[in-house]
Amino acid sequence: MRALRKLMDRVGQPFQKGGRFAPLKPVYDMVDTLLFTPSATTTGAVHVRDSLDLKRTMVTVYVALLPAMAMAVYNTGLQAHRALALGAKPLARWQETLYAATGLGYSPDDVLANVVHGAVYFLPVYVVCLAAGGLWEVLFAVVRRHDVAEGFFVTSALVPLIVPATQPLWQVAVATSFGVVLGKEVFGGVGMNVLNPAMVVRAFLFFAYPADISGDAPWIAADFSGVDGMTGATWLSKAAAQGLPGLTGLDWWDAFLGTIPGSMGETSALAALVGCALLLVTKLASWRTMLGVTLGTFALALLFNGIGSTTNPMFAVPFHWHVVLGGWALGTVFMATDPVTSPFVPTAQLLYGFGIGALTVLVRVVNPAYPEGMMLAVLFMNVFAPLLDYGFVRANIRRREARLAKR
Amino acid sequence: MLQHFLSLAVKAAFVENMALAFFLGMCSFLAVSKKVETALGLGAAVVVVMGLATPMNWALHTFLLREGALAWASPQLATVDLSFLNFLSFIGSIAAMVQVVEMAVDRYLPKLYAALGVFLPLIAVNCAILGGSLFMVERDYTLAESTVFGVSSGFGFLLAIVALAALREKMKYSNVPSGLRGLGITFIVTGLMAIAFMLFSGIQL
Repeated sequence: MRALRKLMDRVGQPFQKGGRFAPLKPVYDMVDTLLFTPSATTTGAVHVRDSLDLKRTMVTVYVALLPAMAMAVYNTGLQAHRALALGAKPLARWQETLYAATGLGYSPDDVLANVVHGAVYFLPVYVVCLAAGGLWEVLFAVVRRHDVAEGFFVTSALVPLIVPATQPLWQVAVATSFGVVLGKEVFGGVGMNVLNPAMVVRAFLFFAYPADISGDAPWIAADFSGVDGMTGATWLSKAAAQGLPGLTGLDWWDAFLGTIPGSMGETSALAALVGCALLLVTKLASWRTMLGVTLGTFALALLFNGIGSTTNPMFAVPFHWHVVLGGWALGTVFMATDPVTSPFVPTAQLLYGFGIGALTVLVRVVNPAYPEGMMLAVLFMNVFAPLLDYGFVRANIRRREARLAKR
Repeated sequence: MLQHFLSLAVKAAFVENMALAFFLGMCSFLAVSKKVETALGLGAAVVVVMGLATPMNWALHTFLLREGALAWASPQLATVDLSFLNFLSFIGSIAAMVQVVEMAVDRYLPKLYAALGVFLPLIAVNCAILGGSLFMVERDYTLAESTVFGVSSGFGFLLAIVALAALREKMKYSNVPSGLRGLGITFIVTGLMAIAFMLFSGIQL
């Protein structure tokens, strides 16, 4: 350990002020803080509203994401193997060549095979996110002389979770660049952005390359062409087409556990719940926001159930299905609660969450263009978060002025 | 009936938001969104002007300008089509409305009047308002419909400009590259907001 420290110090010489590589100091610092806990913790700016160190915050969120990532890896393989068992063909991609070389076989009951098959799809996406996003992050850090912030690791871990397994890697790279540069870096980096960068990435993919991230094809890493009566449709789009009857054949507990087709890390409500527990214990995520989302979903689902509709079967889908399908769980726990882009006033957080939940159900039910609305609902409420803050702060000021005037 | 008006209102305010779906009225949208308070004032002025000017233009169009609109005056005029005067008369009536609102604001809210400055009279040439009247003609709205459409389009604009102003107030804590400060970053934020507003595109009510 000490030898490594000495090595880092020696290597670090030219990076210090006045050294030959002084402009590249952020890169050196990044490697250095990855290996050693720095004695100097973050001060000011980024966490001006919080006493917790940024590095610890982000690492905790990353740990909270691990169950969802594990489930993403396992489920991607599982879904592919189940489809193959029903007669689908493997995709013609280099990932499949790589997997075939391991010789693990295609049995859905083999946990190891599922994990390895999932990993050959999940890891490339993750690596591309890290590389593309990291490149921009370092570039901005060097040019604008700020530190490479750990927030980027969370963003780049979220992105692979919210895209389908078959997303072309170049699209992931382009979208990550868009999200990191225009969603975050032009505002000055972590903590200064106004919209959640991961959601910007997802929205960019959705609107720029809709064919690769919507419809029935992308959700399972297998080729269905030539197999009659089989699609890779998500249960949410089946529900959108047929309502509750569309969900026959799906066990609620399977949906809760996450062994259903969908974006890689979004399927498992259980994994999100485990992460949620960690975030709540460490008080990193606002329970008010999560409660708000749940209440909003509940209220709108109940409202639509009550109204009923003869033409739109989605009206009849009850609350308990809404929370396990699509990206609801992951979005509620990790996207909605992003401390930077949600309101800071506690009461406003409740209202903000309620808006996300209500809009999600609204889009799922009455917007035939999109089967899922979680990400856009989060983006939409991100836009209004500062306004909510403003309103509540103003109301508080007025109340106190009135109290003061009475005295 | 009520449902029809409700869906018209939601469509005008969110699905076809003047600022973020059609990008109309951008000049005041970008220029008067530095502070929430001023943005709120301008937005409210747009709501009032749009709510008054759209039905007024409806009356102009229906009783004077449309083909055959003058039939009520004399049967000989039944074939006259004055709709080429639409633009001119709409802008005139909008300007008159703005004048009325301006005098009212000057009299009752002098602070807001000073803060809005040149942008209050400039509402007269705010494309969102003229656009509202032209949509009204194109879509053949009735009087009631055009009133609802005018007010809710104005409300959509108000919502968008106030949200942008709040975002910009929050962005005082951001560290924007110097080349992008001011309008540059505002354009980027507007684009991102428009992506968020695409949540509603395709909604059928």
